[in-house]
Amino acid sequence: MQALTNRAKPVDRKPMTFVERLYLWNIFKGMLITFKHIFKKKATINYPEQQRPFSPVFRGLHVLNRDEQGRERCTACGLCAVACPAEAITMEAAERKEGEENLYREEKYAAKYEINMLRCIFCGLCEEACPKDAIYLSETFAPANYQRKGLIYGKPDLLIPDPVTQPEEYKQALGNRANKQQQAN
Amino acid sequence: MYSTLLAFDWLFVIEKLVLIVGIVSISLVIAMYETWAERKVAAIMQDRRGPMRAGPMGLLQPLADGLKLFMKEEIIPNTSNRILFILGPCLAMLAAMMTSAVIPWGGKIDVFGREVSLQIADINIGILYVFAVVSMGVFGIMIGGWASNNKFSLMAALRGASQAISYELPMGLSLIALLMLTGSLKLSVIVGQQLDGVWNVVYQPLGFLIFLICAFAECNRTPFDLPEAENELNFGYHQEYSSMKLGFFLFAEYINMFISSAIMATLFFGGYDIPFVNDAQLTEKVGLNLMALFQGGVLFAKIAGFIFLFMWVRWTIPRFRYDQLMNLGWKKLVPLALINMIVTAAVVLWLKK
Repeated sequence: MQALTNRAKPVDRKPMTFVERLYLWNIFKGMLITFKHIFKKKATINYPEQQRPFSPVFRGLHVLNRDEQGRERCTACGLCAVACPAEAITMEAAERKEGEENLYREEKYAAKYEINMLRCIFCGLCEEACPKDAIYLSETFAPANYQRKGLIYGKPDLLIPDPVTQPEEYKQALGNRANKQQQAN
Repeated sequence: MYSTLLAFDWLFVIEKLVLIVGIVSISLVIAMYETWAERKVAAIMQDRRGPMRAGPMGLLQPLADGLKLFMKEEIIPNTSNRILFILGPCLAMLAAMMTSAVIPWGGKIDVFGREVSLQIADINIGILYVFAVVSMGVFGIMIGGWASNNKFSLMAALRGASQAISYELPMGLSLIALLMLTGSLKLSVIVGQQLDGVWNVVYQPLGFLIFLICAFAECNRTPFDLPEAENELNFGYHQEYSSMKLGFFLFAEYINMFISSAIMATLFFGGYDIPFVNDAQLTEKVGLNLMALFQGGVLFAKIAGFIFLFMWVRWTIPRFRYDQLMNLGWKKLVPLALINMIVTAAVVLWLKK
């Protein structure tokens, strides 16, 4: 049969030579190969202590952002929920009362804001949809949980620490990417 | 007159008891760390890291494994023969430990003016004893597999038994050639000859090779681990075993490996002989006890080398097919060992003429 490509290799059906039949020499060659692997670099990293860097476009766990004075940016417009292809986001809006101006930036805010991390596909469309820069995807991922309800993240889980009262935690939550951006700006 | 009959050398009994306890516990600890070393060697050869969480470098891993085995549920199948089912792992363990009795672990030591030889029993048929006990190891596999009342276990037991019997033959034949050179079955004499002269492996390279291959087969190590071939026999003769009974079977394999490494080192690689050093002169220089320590250390280094070889081969070569195993045993190794024996005999006769 005419070969269609030149990639096919003919099978070698020659009878084994004496050295091959002895088998010992081939065992020795194989053992040399495994011995070489002793000195090779290990592919494993010690995970919790050492972590691989995320790619610069990594989309991880959501963060609800605050402005410079520590007020929540979210106004519960619902655009993120509409944009969400997995329908993972729900929220309930509430009106800001007198004396809550230092908590919420706009007159309307999200009293309840939940993302179901089991449904979420981490596409980042909510981040794109948000007109207030209130939600963005961070550089971490949702840790495992024993119950389904444990993976429905509410506002306490999602909100970024207050930059006024907890500046260090805020900086950590922003992540390296945001820090780099700030430096660039 | 009665007093002489009743005079019993209690020191002798105590000395031997201490030796037995010491050697048994040393071989148990070594078997324990062989499991660690096996996993580490496997990991390193596969570019992984191996156990490293339990203790520094994972050194406490064997303890954790042992604890796990002890904590597991002990299951004895309904249809099995209870007594034999329990006897199987016991025999395997017993046979594995018993061989250590005749191996000389070092020269003599001096304890409070008493010369103690580091060998439990210096019997004049040392090698025959080793052979007898090694053959007994088959009973552990055979009884354990048969008593499980399970097709796979029985097949594995049959395989194990026939494999061990087939490979004992070339092993014995290769040793006959060695015995023609040494002229003694006593292990201490064989080591003593190598202390002064050249190691036996120089005179008997082919014999050593055959012995090595047979030792792999006798220990049920890859490439001859057909009795426990997990992809065809579903873990083989210890399929029905759980908890520490399984642990005993696995442990017996590692002790066997240690002991056969010790025997190979003793018979072919000079035993406790320190290479490139005149042992008698060094003894005068450093004293008896320190010398025994050196010799013991050298012997254990040789054993460690062989154990590494066992592991190295295991993680390099795939398992033989059963007919290949039998072909190798009966059609290659037996004739080779016979030729080796005849040639050695002829050369010995020719040189002594």
